[in-house]
Amino acid sequence: MKDRDSHAENPPKRPAAPGADDSPEKNKVSRRSFIKGTGIASVAVSASVLLGDEVAKAASLAPPAAKWLGPAAVPVTLKVNGQSHTLDLEPRTTLLDTLRDRLDLTGAKKVCDRATCGACTVVVDGKPMYSCTVLAIDAEGRNIETIEGLAPEGQLHPISQSFVDNDGQQCGFCTPGFVMSCKAYLDQEKNPTYEGVQKALGGNLCRCGTYMGVRHAVLEAAQKLQKGGAA
Amino acid sequence: MADYKWPPADKRALIGKRISRLDGPWKSSGRVKYTYDINRPGMLFGRMITSRYAHAKVTHVDTSEAEKMPGVKAVYTFPTSSEVHWEGQEIVALAAETENQARDAARKVHITYEPLPYLVADAEPAKAGAQFTKEQSARTTGDVAAGFQQAEVTSEGRYGVPVITHCCLEAHGQVTEWKGDSLTVWCSTQYVSGQGAEYSTGLGIPANKVEAICPVMGGGFGSKFSADAWGVACAQLAKKAGRPVKMMLERDHELMVAGARPSMYADVKVGAKKDGTLVAWDSQSWGTGGPDAQGGGPALPYIFRIPNVRRKHTAVLTNIGPERAWRAPNHPQMCLITMSALDDLAAKLGMDPFDFFMKNIEITGARSASYVEEMNIAAGLMDWKKKWHPRGDKASGPIKTGVGLSIHTWAGAANNSNCAATIHPDGSAEVSMGTQDLGVGTRTVVGIVAAETFGLPLEAVTVNIGDSKYPPAGASGGSSTIGGVSTATRCAATDALNKLFAQVAPSLGATPDQLEAVGGQVRVTANPSKGIPWKQACAKLGATAVTATHGTDRTITSAGVGGVQMADVSVDTETGVVRVNKMVAVQDCGLVMDLKTAESQVYGALIMGVTYSLFEEKIMDQQTGRCLNPNMEFYKLAGIGDVGELVVHMMTGKGYDERGPIGLGEPPVISPGAALSNAVANAIGARVPELPLTPNRVLAALGKGGMA
Repeated sequence: MKDRDSHAENPPKRPAAPGADDSPEKNKVSRRSFIKGTGIASVAVSASVLLGDEVAKAASLAPPAAKWLGPAAVPVTLKVNGQSHTLDLEPRTTLLDTLRDRLDLTGAKKVCDRATCGACTVVVDGKPMYSCTVLAIDAEGRNIETIEGLAPEGQLHPISQSFVDNDGQQCGFCTPGFVMSCKAYLDQEKNPTYEGVQKALGGNLCRCGTYMGVRHAVLEAAQKLQKGGAA
Repeated sequence: MADYKWPPADKRALIGKRISRLDGPWKSSGRVKYTYDINRPGMLFGRMITSRYAHAKVTHVDTSEAEKMPGVKAVYTFPTSSEVHWEGQEIVALAAETENQARDAARKVHITYEPLPYLVADAEPAKAGAQFTKEQSARTTGDVAAGFQQAEVTSEGRYGVPVITHCCLEAHGQVTEWKGDSLTVWCSTQYVSGQGAEYSTGLGIPANKVEAICPVMGGGFGSKFSADAWGVACAQLAKKAGRPVKMMLERDHELMVAGARPSMYADVKVGAKKDGTLVAWDSQSWGTGGPDAQGGGPALPYIFRIPNVRRKHTAVLTNIGPERAWRAPNHPQMCLITMSALDDLAAKLGMDPFDFFMKNIEITGARSASYVEEMNIAAGLMDWKKKWHPRGDKASGPIKTGVGLSIHTWAGAANNSNCAATIHPDGSAEVSMGTQDLGVGTRTVVGIVAAETFGLPLEAVTVNIGDSKYPPAGASGGSSTIGGVSTATRCAATDALNKLFAQVAPSLGATPDQLEAVGGQVRVTANPSKGIPWKQACAKLGATAVTATHGTDRTITSAGVGGVQMADVSVDTETGVVRVNKMVAVQDCGLVMDLKTAESQVYGALIMGVTYSLFEEKIMDQQTGRCLNPNMEFYKLAGIGDVGELVVHMMTGKGYDERGPIGLGEPPVISPGAALSNAVANAIGARVPELPLTPNRVLAALGKGGMA
């Protein structure tokens, strides 16, 4: 029964602030673990109370500020899919809004906008992250991979191909997030298991109900990549 | 006139095979542009300011400070904003250069309210009071008193389903752009061809000045037919600013107003003879779909035509967002109420519900023979006879397992669609229609039908859909699309092909009606060696393409499908957590066009069903009139680890194929709630009366002090 509530059990994807200690100890207050701790009764509590508390706790973990930025736009250089882009951005601008509104990289989707659904997943320094909850300034100097970087236009990465072959998508709005979570997972795990897939992709939500196809797609993609099909 | 029909099984090259969806690569590469992804040159970002009250007079709206905020280019006040009837109702919209600027400006719109009385609680009629209730329907068939006198065993219970929302991952919204007096709208819609009329009405411009574009869309489930107030507002903002505007709903707004499946509750009494024969039903039901009470009451009991029935339904009028059609309107609710009541009666009779349902299967009507077939297949796939036990798992330990079943039906008759099929002299071919693909595979099926008709591979045919410039097609609602688009395409393609045959026949020494198009060849049917390649045949058209347009043909499609579902669950009686071990769905839908996408539809329905059965509920707070969970953290959807093992079996072949294609979107989402609720009752020996089957409700049913 250990899997009975995969929502709460999923490993948090909360991004670490740049320069922050990445150790589990430092990251232990995640949105998910915090809410999980409050139990079911929290549904009856105003969400804003919870969020305020969580933000406060998370803020206390941030390293001392090195310099004050904003509120006016500041130049930010982002390395996206191997290419550098220097943009003037208000420090409060999220990585997701920057990708979508400024770079026209719209594969990452805005759905919940609060680090719950995973539709905005991109890979930052090898880790899947919810780009709706990363500030663009915090992504400076890091290696940002979006779905558009997986394969040249007109070609399909083996993971994308596996999603097609196994029909791991319907309306497709969540699909880029699933593909990027899958990419980060398979970069780390060459021999995924069924249970491993459920954990690794547990931070992505689909409304049409494509999980059957997704399960098969991830396992098949791993086999293809093992055989040297990497793009 | 041509004789339209579907090819027999041994002649089908594409129809009914497992074919990957045509737009799959666009989606899984992240390259395709949804409405939300459209970025036009000079585009502004729209944002709405909405009511904080469930019901109030809006006494003053001051936008003067917002208008002076940096980046703001246009402000619009909604015409209905003098009184608001639910939280989240739109009052003001504005457009600014960036999303951040729009958000800042929205905070500077000042609105004063005079609160009015409201009801948002999902209360039973007696508690709601006369002001908030409306008796909707009452009906009696047979003699109910006499029926219950015949009954040797009766069962009484209360069953219900709360309001849930659609939670489309792509929020409602649009991008609007004017060129002179013409409007282009990129919109996430289930009705591309209908948007001209929608914007024409809202803006007072001719429908032929509106082009709606929607090549792909991020989920609708019944909530995206209209342009909505925000569509008109977005066009007005674009007009005022002289620039394109994108305005998508924020997630909280989306969950508050852009989708609500009505609740339904019922007090039921049902009776049968000792051998299980159903004789009488009596139900008082109620539910809320927001401030309006539209449509009639539910047709209880569901499917089983019990000889003596009395039913009464009362609508509860509440200040929550208005109801929208949600995948199989009313059916999941009616199914949960009926199948739960019947399952409880079977338990009282000491019968296996499989035997009890089979005993009464004759009174399900026209589809009873298919139900028998489907029940037996489902029982095999679930290993039902081995897994079923009388109510209450006797196993030691806190984890109890159980199985439950349910049956469902849906009409799914064809909508009115028109297809234009064109064959070009160079051998290329295309089909065009103003339909849409909600992610169900419509584009792929249109391509399959055209390619099958032309005897070509799928990739040889270009499919143009998702734009109102193509021939008009019906809305995609009620599982009506497949019957409309596939028959229109079959007929139009056949007509175009006959025009080609007329040009080619002389060179093959035959008459046009003696020809067929198979395997990339145009050939004489009776003498297949006498033929020429498709490309060479098309060259005989000379300089001009041939084209034909045709509408829906109801002689090659039908309506009325059924399905059986079974669920196997484990329930932790200490924590109240329900876990889905396995679900089986056996489903018919006439002639299956693409087995792969059809199965995906059913898998998806099972998953959506698990989600509404275990997690979904729009939680309203009567104290404040507000929604407590307008976000995806607390409005929960099932994740990949929550859904268990899923098995889908599509009925095909004799008895099904000859019915032609029938809609599949709605039916398989109807039964999961009932099947899962019955499985939980079988596991723990008590009925959890209402969905979702959350730990607190399960513990309450076990008498362990839950909150429900």
